[in-house]
Amino acid sequence: MAIVVQRQVILPWRQVIRIAFNSLKVRLFRSVITTITLALAIAFVAYTWSGYAMLNSLWPAADPDLQRIVLAKGYEPVGDQFGSSPKDRWLMFLSLLVAVVGIVNAQLMAVTERFREIGTFKCLGALNSFVVRIFVLEAMYQGFFGGLAGGLTGITFSTLSLGAKFGRPIFSNWPPAQMLFILSWACLLAVILSLLGVIYPALVAARMQPAVALRSEQ
Amino acid sequence: MEAQVNSLRPSEPQGGPAQPHNVVRLTEVTKVFKMGNNVVEALKGINLSIRAGEYLSIMGPSGSGKSTLFNMIGALDKPTTGRVFIDEVDVSQLDAYELAWLRCRKIGYIFQTFNLIQVMTAIENVTLPMIFAGMSRDEYMEKGLKNLALVGLADRYDHKPSELSGGQQQRVAIARALANDPAIVLADEPTGNLDLTTGEEIIVLLKKLSTERGVTIISATHDIKMLNVSDRVVWIRDGRIDRLEEREKLRISIGEVA
Repeated sequence: MAIVVQRQVILPWRQVIRIAFNSLKVRLFRSVITTITLALAIAFVAYTWSGYAMLNSLWPAADPDLQRIVLAKGYEPVGDQFGSSPKDRWLMFLSLLVAVVGIVNAQLMAVTERFREIGTFKCLGALNSFVVRIFVLEAMYQGFFGGLAGGLTGITFSTLSLGAKFGRPIFSNWPPAQMLFILSWACLLAVILSLLGVIYPALVAARMQPAVALRSEQ
Repeated sequence: MEAQVNSLRPSEPQGGPAQPHNVVRLTEVTKVFKMGNNVVEALKGINLSIRAGEYLSIMGPSGSGKSTLFNMIGALDKPTTGRVFIDEVDVSQLDAYELAWLRCRKIGYIFQTFNLIQVMTAIENVTLPMIFAGMSRDEYMEKGLKNLALVGLADRYDHKPSELSGGQQQRVAIARALANDPAIVLADEPTGNLDLTTGEEIIVLLKKLSTERGVTIISATHDIKMLNVSDRVVWIRDGRIDRLEEREKLRISIGEVA
């Protein structure tokens, strides 16, 4: 009897996409919760950023009366720019920090509760990289949708809030190009942070001996 | 991909070609778990040869090291010392790719807790190892349905594990274990979470596979019903092999069990 051990096991990308998508769909409630955590954190960031973008767009066009109202509301331009005073930077830093902690925590939990599933995958012949690929793709889906939803929410709320404070000029000077830019950044940021949260636990789980992963409580 | 297929590792039979073929061989296998300051010796030097095509039961009380031994035989965990040979290939010498290949093609696993992937349907569970093995969609769907039919669940192919009874889930797990026609099927307490009748059905199914397909079945269990179908029984106690009994002897020592 010819006794050989070969090396070939595969997982085509088409299957990775299908498995990751189904896995999110089936666990819809759980993945929506994770995505909402992401979206809220990103909404906070987008809210801060888009607020400054609108003020910067409003300021040159505003008459002195309106400028006085803006200053009276506590916004401080440095030169002619909002958003670069130490207080503003501190706010942006805080909003990012909240986003990072929230997202990493949510993703860590989501991977940890699936150790058994990972162990099963490995028993069936999955390489560590298969496991990582599936989780990375799931995280990217979540990051993208969370970022998009959060970005839109943040921009909407900051527009409404500034609109309530300063009235019509906010809407007539609304900067679409910059808002699109902020939205793209929000999506990118969400994807990166989501990956950051997933990669470490996914790597740890993927490297476990299957027996150890299977022993974990579910 | 083609290049990888050719990267073979030839066997190094150590006992010489004259001996009967051992599908699994363990030499002086020990396993030590460290839990905080406690050191638990789960296996204390196991020597065991398992012949191709036999139905072997590993019996013993819980905590005797049965499951640990099961994990060693299945290349799911590494021994602390000693060697495990599967088809006379030393498992500790294999890299990650070769181990994955071995788990995918050579060994089928069945667990007490079924371990189906909860988010996948029966057919998706059964075909996953075939996808890893590189089958095309047509091939794996056909074979997946055939395997489900073999365990009597062809009409339930589209159900999630949560929509199936315990016995049905274990059948799906058996169909999955057979996905790539493994030489060895390893079952860890396959009847442990099932009622008497369902457990018996699973045992009958495993025995059928053993006789009809020549698959080596290795089952860790404390289900006495298992003894009746086993060719040999290994009794484990306190991390050591207590005794090893052939089927004929079994009948004399404990009589007919059913």
